[in-house]
Amino acid sequence: MGALSKSDIGGFLARQGILVAFVVFMIGFTIANDRFVDPDNILGVIRSSAILGVMALGVTFVVISGNLDLSVGSMMSFSTIVVLDLHDKIGPGLAIPVMFAMTLALGAFIGFLVGYLKLNSLIVTLGMLSAIHGLTLTYSGGKNMDIVDKEGTWFGVFGQGTALGVPIPILIFAILAAVLGMTLAKTPFGRKVYAVGGNGVAATFSGIRRARVVFFCYLMSAFCVATAGLIQASRSLGSQNTVGQGLELEVLAAVILGGASLMGGSGTIFKTVIGVLILGFIQNGLLLVGLQFYAQYVVTWIIIILAVWLDIAAKRGRLWSPIA
Amino acid sequence: MSDQSQGRPPVLRLANIVKSFPGVRALDDVSFSVMPGEVHALMGENGAGKSTLMKVLGGIYQPNEGQIFVDEQPVVMNTPMEAKAKGIVFIHQELSLAEELPVAENIYLGELPRKSFGRVDWEKLYAQTNAILKKLNVSFDARTVVGDLSIANQQMVEIARALTVDAKAVIFDEPTASLTDAEKVVLFDVIADLKSQGVGIIYISHRMEEIFRITDRISVLRDGQYSGTLTTADTDEDEVTQLMIGRSLDLSRNASHHELGDVALEVRDLSCGHLYRNINFEVRRGEVVGFYGLVGAGRTEIAETLFGLREPTSGTILLDGKEVRIHSPVEAIAHGISLVPEDRKGQGLVLGMNCRDNITLPQVDDLTAGPFVADGAEIAIFDLYRDRLDIRTPGWRQLVGNLSGGNQQKIVIGKWLSMHPNVLIVDEPTRGIDVGSKSEIHNLIRDLAAHGYAVIVISSEMPEVLHVSDRIVAMYSGELIKTFTSEEVTEDNLIQAISGIRSDSAA
Amino acid sequence: MEPGTLSTFLKRGAIWAFIVIELIFFSIAGEFLSLSDKAFMDFDNMLLLFKQSAPIGIIAMGMTIIMVNGNIDLSVGATYALSGIILLDAMSWPIFGSLGDAVIPVAWLLALLTGVLLGALNGLIVWKTGVDAFIVTLGSMLGYRGLVFMYNGEQPTSHLNWTLVDFAEAQFLGIHTPTWFLLAVTLAIWFLMTRTVHGRNAYAIGDNRTAAVNAGIRVGPHMMINFMIIGFLAALSAVVFYSESGSVNPNDGELYELWVITAVVLGGTKLTGGAGSIVSTFGGVLAIQLLRKGLSHIGADTSTVNLVIGLILIAVLFLDRQLNLKGKEELRV
Repeated sequence: MGALSKSDIGGFLARQGILVAFVVFMIGFTIANDRFVDPDNILGVIRSSAILGVMALGVTFVVISGNLDLSVGSMMSFSTIVVLDLHDKIGPGLAIPVMFAMTLALGAFIGFLVGYLKLNSLIVTLGMLSAIHGLTLTYSGGKNMDIVDKEGTWFGVFGQGTALGVPIPILIFAILAAVLGMTLAKTPFGRKVYAVGGNGVAATFSGIRRARVVFFCYLMSAFCVATAGLIQASRSLGSQNTVGQGLELEVLAAVILGGASLMGGSGTIFKTVIGVLILGFIQNGLLLVGLQFYAQYVVTWIIIILAVWLDIAAKRGRLWSPIA
Repeated sequence: MSDQSQGRPPVLRLANIVKSFPGVRALDDVSFSVMPGEVHALMGENGAGKSTLMKVLGGIYQPNEGQIFVDEQPVVMNTPMEAKAKGIVFIHQELSLAEELPVAENIYLGELPRKSFGRVDWEKLYAQTNAILKKLNVSFDARTVVGDLSIANQQMVEIARALTVDAKAVIFDEPTASLTDAEKVVLFDVIADLKSQGVGIIYISHRMEEIFRITDRISVLRDGQYSGTLTTADTDEDEVTQLMIGRSLDLSRNASHHELGDVALEVRDLSCGHLYRNINFEVRRGEVVGFYGLVGAGRTEIAETLFGLREPTSGTILLDGKEVRIHSPVEAIAHGISLVPEDRKGQGLVLGMNCRDNITLPQVDDLTAGPFVADGAEIAIFDLYRDRLDIRTPGWRQLVGNLSGGNQQKIVIGKWLSMHPNVLIVDEPTRGIDVGSKSEIHNLIRDLAAHGYAVIVISSEMPEVLHVSDRIVAMYSGELIKTFTSEEVTEDNLIQAISGIRSDSAA
Repeated sequence: MEPGTLSTFLKRGAIWAFIVIELIFFSIAGEFLSLSDKAFMDFDNMLLLFKQSAPIGIIAMGMTIIMVNGNIDLSVGATYALSGIILLDAMSWPIFGSLGDAVIPVAWLLALLTGVLLGALNGLIVWKTGVDAFIVTLGSMLGYRGLVFMYNGEQPTSHLNWTLVDFAEAQFLGIHTPTWFLLAVTLAIWFLMTRTVHGRNAYAIGDNRTAAVNAGIRVGPHMMINFMIIGFLAALSAVVFYSESGSVNPNDGELYELWVITAVVLGGTKLTGGAGSIVSTFGGVLAIQLLRKGLSHIGADTSTVNLVIGLILIAVLFLDRQLNLKGKEELRV
C-alpha cells in the first residue's frame, strides 16, 4: 500500500468514526480537566453507566433483529420495584429468581407479539411502555418501595460491592458484555439474528425460524433489564416507581451511537459498549468542565445526529442528503 | 416504421454520448436515433450500459460528452422533470405509483391543478384524467384507488401519466415483466396506438419473442459501447445475440442421455384453494422437470407448498415413496427439499451479509465447534462451491449485495447444493441475469441432473424450459394441462397448452 | 363490492364504534361502580371531555400529517414544554413591562414562534442529512428537554395573568376556549390534508417516496413544512393549556408523544405512511380521553389507565392485522 490518500482517511473515519470521536472526546476532556483521567473518576463513570449499559446489551440484539424495544425503561422500573418488594416478603434469595421470572414473562409476551404475531415492534413496545408502567403502579400502589432493614441484608452487594477492587456493577456489565458479545458474533444464534434483521424473508426461505429468533431477542432484552433492575435496586435499596422512565431512549441512543442500524442487520456488542461509554464520559466530562447537568442532553442530541449522519454519509458517499 | 415517418427528422437523437464514473467509462461514444412512429428496441446484457443511458435520457445523469437532440434541437436535461417537459417520458419497470391514492392523483402526481390558496382543482383534475383514460379505453375510472387495480391496469395508469404531456419519445423499461399474455396484447395495442400518433418508442427488453413481434429496429449496447443497429425484419435472434455477447447462445434441446433413477418426488391430487387444483406429477433422480406457464398459473405456488411455505388444502406429497407433511421450510429442508426462490434479492439472499455466511445459512446450526460456529468448516464449504460454481468474488468476506446478478444467483444455488438436497427446485433460474451467466446456469442445471439430482425448473422463458428439461409440465390457471416428454413437445403445442387452448393432443 | 372495501369500511368506522362501546360500557358500569351520583354521559361532563382532549388532540392533528408523510415526531412533548416556558416567562420580561395586557399576544406569538423554529430544526435536519425522522426526533426529544431544564433548572416556571386565565376558561356558545381551538385546528388540518396540493403531496410522499421524487415533488420542503406545522401545533397546545394553568414544570409533556401516537394509530393512520384521516384521528383522541375519564368515573386510578391504554393499542394493532389477513392466502414468511 502506498501513502494514505484522502479517501483512505475518509473511509477510516467513516468506518471507525465512533471510536475516533470517543478518543477525541477523551483527549479533549483530559486537557480541559486533569481530574478526568483520574482512575477513580473513570471507574466511577463506568460504574454509573453500568445500568444503562446492561440494558443496551439486550436492546442491541433486538435492534439487530430489525425491531425496537421502547419498553425497557418501564420494565426496569417494574423489576426494581418487584425485587425490592419481594425482598422483605420472601427474602433476597427467592426474590431475585422470582423477579427474573416475572420480567422474563413480560419479555416473552412482547416476543410473542412481535415474533409470532408479527405486530409492529415500535407500537407494541410503546404500548408496553405504558402498560408496564401501569402494572408497576398497580403493584406498588403508587408508593415508593424501600427495604426496611438496610443494614442487615446482603442484597446491596450487586450495586455497592466490589471484587478485587472492581465494583460489582462493572463486573456484571463486563461479563455480560463478553458473553453476549460472543453469542452475537460467534454462535449460530447470533448469525441468525443478523440474518433475520438483514432480510427476514430470505432468512425464512433459508430455514430459519424467524419468529423464534425474534422471540429470543426479546427474552435476551428482558434478561438484561432484570439484571439492570437488580443492580439499581441493590444500589439504592429503595426506589420510586419511575426509576427507569426515559431510559429506553438513552439506551436506544447508546445503541444507535454504537452504529447499529434501525433497519436491522448491523451493529455489534462491542460498538454498543463504546456507545454507552461515550454517553457516560460525555456526561461526566461536561460536569467536570463546569457545564450544568442538563447540558449533557443537548450534547447527546448533537452527538447522536452527527454520528448517524456521518455513518449514512459515508455509505452514500456524500455529506448532504440527495432529497430534493 | 410507418410510412408517414419517411423523410421526417428523428424525434430523439443521441450523438456521441460519453458518461464516465471514477474508473469506469459506462457509456463510450454511443449514438443512435429514434424516428417518429418507430418502435426501437434497446438491448444489451446487464451492465452493458442500458440503465446508464436511460438515466442520461431521463435527466438523472448529465453526459460528460456528446449531445441529445429532441426534434433536432439540442437539449440539456438536469432533472427528471426537465426531461418530461422536453417530451421524453418513462414507463418504469418497477411501477412508481402511490397505491393508496386514486388514479387521477397518480396520473397528475406532482402536477395537480391548483386553485387559489393552494387548493386542488378537483373538477379540472377529474375532467382531464377521464379524457386521458377514455383515449386508453380502460375499464376503471379516475377515482379508483390504484392499489385495487391489477398489475396490468396499474401499468395503464403509468402510460396514462406519460400521455399528460406532449410526448415525443416514450421509453418502456421491461414493461411485460409481470404481465399475462392477454395483458401484453393490450399493452402492445397501446404501443401501436402511440406509434400511429408519430411518437417514437424505445423498448427495452430481454425477451426476443416480444422484440421480434413489435419493434422496427434494434440497437445493441455491449460494454458501454454502441455495437450496432439492425432492422428487425431483416435479422434473427442469432444475429442480435451475437451483437450482444460476441457469440451466440446455445439453446438447443438437451434431454438426458443418462439412465434415470427412482422417483424422488411424487405429488398426488395436490390442491391449494383457488391457486391450483389436482396437480399430479413425479420427478425421478437424474431428471429435470420444467414447469412452464404464464405468471399466475400456479407454478411458484406449488414450489412454495413443497417448501412448506403454503398449506395445501388437499392431496399428498411423497418423497422416495413415503408420504410426508411439510409445514415449514425447516421441515422441507429436513426432508431434503431445497428451493432457489424466484425473487433473488427479496427471498434468496441477505444482501448485507458476506458470501460465506449466505451460503452456510441453512446449516449454521450444524457447523459448530462447541457453542460457536466453526470458521474453518464454513470457509471450506464456501471454497468448495466457489470453485464448483465458478463464483467470481474477491473473497468470502465480500458482501453479497456487491456481486453481479449472475454471481448472486450462484450463491443461492451454492447455498442449496451444500445441503445435498434430494429434490432441488429452481424458480426462474436466470431472471435478470446476463446472457453469459445464463448459459453457465443452464449447464449447471444439466450437470446436476447428470449427477443424480431430481430437479424442478420453473421458468417463464420457453427457450430455457425447452433447453434444460427432460419433461415439461404445462400449467394454465392453476391446472396442470399436460406433461410433455422432450420428444413430443413443440413450441406450438406448448403455447397452446399454457394459453388454455385444449387441442386434441393436449386433452 | 370491490375487494378491500369491507375492511376499509370496518377500519374507518371502527374508531366510532369503539367510542360508542366505551360510552355504553362506562354508562352502565358507572351505575354500579361510580362514587358520584352524576351519570357518565352528563352533558357538562361531555363538554369537559372535549376541553380535556384539547392539549393532546391539537398535537395529534399535526402528528397525523407527519405520519401520513411517512415520518414520526417524538419531540412534541419537549417542544410543548419549551413553548409553555417561553409563553409564561415572556410575560414577565422587563422589555414588555410597559405593554400591560398587550403582552399577551406578544407572548403567544413568541411561544408559537418557538414551536415553529423547533419543528423547522427537526425538519431541516431530516431533510438535509437524510437521517431517519425517528432518530432525529429521538435526539431532539432529549435535546429540547435539555433546553427546558437549562432554562429554569428543576424549578417550575410560573406566571398568572388573570385576563389570560379568564380568556382560557371562557365558554363561547357553551363551549370552552380550548375546545374551540381543537375544533378549529381539526378543521384547518382536515382542509389542508384533503383539499390542498400540499396535503395531497404529503400522502403521495408517504405512499411512494421514489415516485413522488420522480414526479418532481420536492420532498424535503414538504417534510420541513410538516415539521413546522407540528411544532406550531405543539406550541399552540401549550399556549392553550398554560394560559389557564399558569405554571410549567420542566417534566411537563413527557410521554405526550406516546399519547399522541396512540391517538393517531387508534384513528387508523398507516404506520408506514400514505394513509390516514384527520376525522379518524379526532375519533382516536376522543376515544383515549373517554377511556381516561371513564376509568376514573368507575373509580380506577391512573395506573389502570396506563395499563388499559397500552393493551388497547396492542389489541388494535392485532385486530388491524387480522382484518387485513382475512380472505388472502398468505405466504408463511
